[in-house]
Amino acid sequence: MRTTFVEGLSELAEENPNILLVTGDLGFGVLADFHERFPDQFLNVGVAEQNLSSVAAGLALSGHIVFTYSIGNFPTLRCLEQIRNDICYHQANVNIVSVGGGLAYGALGMSHHATEDIAILRVLPEMMVVAPGDPVETRKLLPQIVAHDGPTYLRLGRAGETPIVSPEATVKLGELTTVRSGSDLLLLTTGGMLPVAVGVADQLGQEGVSVQVASVHTLSPLDEPMILSMVEAVPIVITCEEHSIYGGLGGCVAEVIAESGLNPTFRRLGLPGRFAEGVGSQEYLRAHNEIGHEALLGLARSLHAQATGFEAKTMRS
Amino acid sequence: MNPSENSASIEKRSREIRLAALDMISASGASHIGSVFSTAEILATLYDDILNVRPAEPDWPDRDRFVMSKGHAAAGLYATLSLSGFFPQQRLKEFYVDGGSLPGHVTHHGIPGIEVSTGSLGHGLALAVGLAAGARRSGAKWHVYVLLSDGECDEGSTWEAALLASAWTLSGLTAIVDYNKIQSLGRVDEVVPLEPFADKWRSFGWQVDEVDGHSVDSLRHRIDPTLWPSAGGPRCVIAHTIKGKGVSFMENDLLWHYRCPVGDEYDRAVAELEAEE
Repeated sequence: MRTTFVEGLSELAEENPNILLVTGDLGFGVLADFHERFPDQFLNVGVAEQNLSSVAAGLALSGHIVFTYSIGNFPTLRCLEQIRNDICYHQANVNIVSVGGGLAYGALGMSHHATEDIAILRVLPEMMVVAPGDPVETRKLLPQIVAHDGPTYLRLGRAGETPIVSPEATVKLGELTTVRSGSDLLLLTTGGMLPVAVGVADQLGQEGVSVQVASVHTLSPLDEPMILSMVEAVPIVITCEEHSIYGGLGGCVAEVIAESGLNPTFRRLGLPGRFAEGVGSQEYLRAHNEIGHEALLGLARSLHAQATGFEAKTMRS
Repeated sequence: MNPSENSASIEKRSREIRLAALDMISASGASHIGSVFSTAEILATLYDDILNVRPAEPDWPDRDRFVMSKGHAAAGLYATLSLSGFFPQQRLKEFYVDGGSLPGHVTHHGIPGIEVSTGSLGHGLALAVGLAAGARRSGAKWHVYVLLSDGECDEGSTWEAALLASAWTLSGLTAIVDYNKIQSLGRVDEVVPLEPFADKWRSFGWQVDEVDGHSVDSLRHRIDPTLWPSAGGPRCVIAHTIKGKGVSFMENDLLWHYRCPVGDEYDRAVAELEAEE
């Protein structure tokens, strides 16, 4: 996703000299091409994320479209007050890009795991929160983010993600993307969990379970009408995210369902309010923390079995 | 108008700022009168003599930008803007009261002439660096001025911005520090000493000057960027001031970072400020 992001931003920067990419001294090997092509549109403020955020606000207030760039929690949690006061309150056109959302930096450890960022950023007024599910969504959402006049948090994975969404698909900021259609169970995902959800859906499909999958790439503002319409059409809803189950996608969807009067069987798959345990790759940590393919497959199967068992029992009585 | 006449009118404006802020703070029970009084000559000099702004056209694109980083001295800025014609003085009654429109820390929402909102210390210099870098990149001629408190020079973010301003040789940036030597819980030299303060700024790559922050003549000559050596880079004016300046019983007393003058205190303060004329 990060490569797609930089390529996409390069195209946009070529057309619009007011686009600036400002890094907090990260992006080795990733930003070099952008820097070389657009030396006047590239800035490095050094290892200083508070400064990164406030300087970005000042640049935006003087007429620029600013992208701040860093990894993990550095461009968000370290400088949260600068984001709230200097960027959000001023409705500054600053787009905060974090590479390595969730457990993407696997073995680098706790400091590099961004697993509460969505919850924290989405409560900020004016802040749009976007976590694309794959490189296709990243590419299609980027020009829309540039066109949006206000703050955005863009949470990306690292590199090498498999494209899932069709290149022909319509991907609109603020509207979820339906990736698989189905009627037995709904999987709502955000960010890099999309391939996991699609893998589970395809496997369950072979077992005769019809699974709907949607990528909720925009978490704030949430596509409430579409989520409710999807929830209404299925008996089981599972959210999956590489994030705490508190305040992230699971939290957003729970809030919407709770106020809707709908009563589906609902589960949130994610980190249950604790740091990720273990040392290893993203794939390893997903499995070890029971938020990966096997965990989602097991949860979906079990809820489906309970629902169909209950229905069969009810019909017998 | 010759220069000395102009200085006299700025001194008069400083007294008006103090009197207006005294009324605002006394009427509303707000804090920070000491912090406002230490800035009165600086604000009056900026708005009467230095800043290229148009009160009737507050969003004029070519205006100089002023960042009030010490947002807790908001009453002084609101009074200055109102006296300069940005909005009617009647509106100063809307400071810090139920149903008002002027909060206790600086906000730009709905207030003509205010560039950015502040109140949490350590944000203003970095905002000003971004504005100055943005101006240079756009080829704009406007200058950025930022007024810092001494207390906020405890914030690491202030020094992050100081490093970057010189790294980027931002000649379009002037910082003024209201060095009144008293911060929130005590004297600066007892809490976290800043000395050698001017040397710190110099070592961060800034051109530095020190000035009596209550001498309008000195402020006019030291703040005006056209009077500095043309060597590139940002400038810092350390303004030596007195917290609570202008009212004898408030001067140099930490209490008046918090206390609101009431009853006889208010009357005595008015009498002392008016006697200066």
